[in-house]
Amino acid sequence: MQPTPTQTNDAKPMNEDRGDVVLSVRNLKTHFSTDDGVVKAVDGVTFNLHQGEVLGVVGESGCGKSITMKSVMQLVGKPGRIVDGQILFKRNRDGTNTEEVDIAKLRTNGKKIREIRGGDIALIPQEPMASFSPLHSIGSQIVEAVMLHQDVSKQEAKRIAIEKLNEVGMPSAEQRFDAYSWQLSGGLRQRAIIALALACNPSILIADEPTTAIDVTTQAQILELLKRLQREHGSSILFITHDLGVIAQLADHVVVMYLGRVMEQGAVSDVFSHPRHPYTRALLASIPSLHSEPRIELPTVAGGIPHPLQRPNGCPFHPRCPDAIPGTCDVAMPKLLDVEQSKVACFLHHDEAEEADA
Amino acid sequence: MHLFILKRLLIAPFLLAIFSVIAFVLIQAPPGDFLTSYIAELAQGGTSIGQEQIEALRQQYGLDRPTYVQYFVWVGNLLQGDLGTSFEWRRSNAELIGERLTLTLTMTTISLIFTWAIAIPAGIISAVRQYSGIDYVITVLNYIGLATPNFLLALLIMWFAFDQFGVTVTGLFSPEYVAAPWSLARVADMMSRIWLPALVLAVAGTAEVARVVRANLLDELDRPYTEMARAKGLPEWRLVLKYPTRVAIAPVISTLGWYIPRLLSGGLVVSVVMSLPTIGPLLLRSLIGQDMYLAGTIILLYSVLTIVGTLLSDILLALLDPRIRTA
Amino acid sequence: MSHAATDPATAAPSTSHDDRGNQVYVAPGWKLTWLRFKKHRLALVFLWLIGLITIVATIPAFFATMEPDDSRAARAFRPPQVIRIVHDGRLTLPFVYAAESARNPRTLKLEWTVDRETRLPVRMFVKGFKYELFGFIPVDRHFVGIPPAYEGSTVHFLGTDRLGRDQWSRLMFGTQTSLSIGLVAVAISTLLGILLGGISGYYGGLVDNVIQRIIEILQSLPPIPIWLALSAALPRTWSVTTVYFAITVILALLGWTRLAREVRGRFLSLREEDFVSAARLVGASKMRIIFSHMVPSFMSHIIAAVTLAIPLMILNETFLSFLGLGMRPPAISWGVMLQEAQNLQSVVNAPWLMIPGLFVILTVLALNIIGDGLRDAADPYAN
Repeated sequence: MQPTPTQTNDAKPMNEDRGDVVLSVRNLKTHFSTDDGVVKAVDGVTFNLHQGEVLGVVGESGCGKSITMKSVMQLVGKPGRIVDGQILFKRNRDGTNTEEVDIAKLRTNGKKIREIRGGDIALIPQEPMASFSPLHSIGSQIVEAVMLHQDVSKQEAKRIAIEKLNEVGMPSAEQRFDAYSWQLSGGLRQRAIIALALACNPSILIADEPTTAIDVTTQAQILELLKRLQREHGSSILFITHDLGVIAQLADHVVVMYLGRVMEQGAVSDVFSHPRHPYTRALLASIPSLHSEPRIELPTVAGGIPHPLQRPNGCPFHPRCPDAIPGTCDVAMPKLLDVEQSKVACFLHHDEAEEADA
Repeated sequence: MHLFILKRLLIAPFLLAIFSVIAFVLIQAPPGDFLTSYIAELAQGGTSIGQEQIEALRQQYGLDRPTYVQYFVWVGNLLQGDLGTSFEWRRSNAELIGERLTLTLTMTTISLIFTWAIAIPAGIISAVRQYSGIDYVITVLNYIGLATPNFLLALLIMWFAFDQFGVTVTGLFSPEYVAAPWSLARVADMMSRIWLPALVLAVAGTAEVARVVRANLLDELDRPYTEMARAKGLPEWRLVLKYPTRVAIAPVISTLGWYIPRLLSGGLVVSVVMSLPTIGPLLLRSLIGQDMYLAGTIILLYSVLTIVGTLLSDILLALLDPRIRTA
Repeated sequence: MSHAATDPATAAPSTSHDDRGNQVYVAPGWKLTWLRFKKHRLALVFLWLIGLITIVATIPAFFATMEPDDSRAARAFRPPQVIRIVHDGRLTLPFVYAAESARNPRTLKLEWTVDRETRLPVRMFVKGFKYELFGFIPVDRHFVGIPPAYEGSTVHFLGTDRLGRDQWSRLMFGTQTSLSIGLVAVAISTLLGILLGGISGYYGGLVDNVIQRIIEILQSLPPIPIWLALSAALPRTWSVTTVYFAITVILALLGWTRLAREVRGRFLSLREEDFVSAARLVGASKMRIIFSHMVPSFMSHIIAAVTLAIPLMILNETFLSFLGLGMRPPAISWGVMLQEAQNLQSVVNAPWLMIPGLFVILTVLALNIIGDGLRDAADPYAN
């Protein structure tokens, strides 16, 4: 019944047509030392982002997707820190020289990561209005980003900023340059923050739930915009969300996270049509559909995310899993292995367990 | 914003009118008037004064008229620029106040500068290096600064200076400059001595401002725009000073004007202890002795300074914070 | 999570399970605040200190060694006598050395020398001057002092002032006055503040505007001249008690504005809160809404603000009295005692006269730290 697990070396791309790997996260662990104990927010996450693709990271609140994103940019503040793993970034400044940097080893707020932040990897944050300083115009903040990473004059930077504002579809970009974020409507703010992210033509864009704060219509527009920008610039996007519908629209590949670990990952077309992990199945089943039976109870994922200091033994999902195998799932953690076209971490699909941590 | 300033300027005269009434009522509150205490003083010294003379003096000083008439006489004179005469000193109030006004203003201004210059950086460092050693030290100093009455601090410093160094820090001028006319040297002398009382005065305010700055900044450091600035690649100190600090300081700036009444009040106490020739001790004497016009004028003066101070700090706030400018 | 905590005042402590199966404890708002406060070790230490000071303030006579007004010129300006336990290199029961005075022929000042031959034992719960505990229980025992067998000698832990009065005893009585004035003044201004601030915040509109202008005017007035003027207005013939209450009113008069502003701010934001709308929709009367719903939700904040206001009042009374315009002799407060140390001359002669200042600093410090701890504990969003 179970397909033979294939041993995979994470360094080689799964499918050849995915392009080069620009970001390789390997067994990332980010822990927080609190007064009540160590919170293992990210506990062994592995995935690859390929050139020119959109990778969606999806999961419930508290699954660690935001912390993963922050770790990639070394933005995790005290009391958290990256305790293990690698974040290999293939940096491609000037078009010709490439270097591979392990971001996990860089000094937080050191010179190197500051060059990468904004310049090579840019953030599209969750709350656009709050992410602009209320006391400075949006234009000046974009100019600041430009001048930080590019050797240009102030006038040139302003020209670039206005150009970016135009690119994201900001009407009357020149006038809006001097506007403050709180003077703009929700959709325009979102565009402004995207313009800021694009200021230095980064190779990777990390979008942290960019559609959570806006209404559905604006959401559609922003997604269109992101798709277009991605096509035009060839950038790779790491898209964090809890909204499966957005993933379906925008992403090529998806990573499903739960309690700091990856449960399943693969091409969206595959994972969404053949979800293998019980958690993925439950998530997909809980989306209301126009085509489902009317007047039946909406399926939910039973239970709730356990307290971060009371992690279950073995597979983190087993207390809520309808198919959990007693004696196996509550004892050991399943490895993330190739199962057909995707990777799954579930004992229903293979037998390999993670080596126990110290 | 211009509308805002205009509104404040228009209200000012009404406020002053109210203040003048309050001031006058307060001064008249104690039973009797200037003459009663003057006569009592004379009696203590052994001199007595005949009833006729008392009546004559009463008339001369205008103290025989009803209170509200006295008030209007006073206000009338004020509006004409006449600050009246002091009963006790028998000199024009303008002269009495004038010679002390510069000193009071200098001391108050230096205190304000000290407060800003020390408290704001202290609060910033405290917030950015939260829970560190320096934060601990600053916090402790803040608590002690808040708890120590300024006159006690003055006394302690005076005692310490005398006990350890044999130096007396009372008075505002070295002996040779006390009665000398104004000159650059006299100014320098005053400056070299005024910083100590100004510092003592600034202690409580500094502690308070530092705490507020620290608390505000701690809030702002967690905000999305701070993180976004970091995500752009800005160096830590630069981004902290440029973004969250400015937001954190704005409310503090707007309250700076309200410190002026407190500085003037505190200055009074410190001046009494350190024997400084500022307006404060003058006010104290005039209140006790019911030297009506002098006391009233000084209180009004304090109120004017407060109104000006709060207006200035509100303008400063509007300059700093575009949200207020365009409201 | 559990929903029981919407109206913190009426929720009873209980155990329940949230929808994740975790056991949760529910407690009323003030209890949560207290639990959070207990984590502040520093604040707890100072709470004990305030407790001690309060005990002293309640029964000062018990802690005093002499009548506070007992003055004798021959005892003037005695330096503090230190309690020792070592004599001739041997450990003994606590005692102090007696002191002798002699007039310096050149300076004509009274100078004191320590007499290491004469020892005066210091014991606890000794018999001393009679007083009435709480005003009606006749007692003659004191916390510490010299046994009555040594009649004729007196012990002065903190020295004496220019009238030969024992500073330690005066300090005990002064604590009662200073602390209680602070409390009473704050009580009055709190009442005023909550009332006016609440009305202002809840009703808004014209009422709010008027009250706000009044607050602005009061805040623009320099406080000291106002207090001075008002205090100077108090007739010298009034009894100590009357003056006491007058001072508290005077202090409260300018003090209520701070609290009123805070209360108003809270009312303004609370007005829009859902639980208030819910109460209104259910048909609760305005008064009921204010007192049963809104006030309990920020009770902890008020307590914190009050705790922070007390030290301010104590400081204010202290320096008013210091200037001679607050409490006056024969009343004793820290400020009155500090009046003896009003200038460099006095301080140089007898620096121990500044010790009441230490008590001021400690008390104000303690109350500030406790108040801060309470304020942090009351705010559920603080880290």
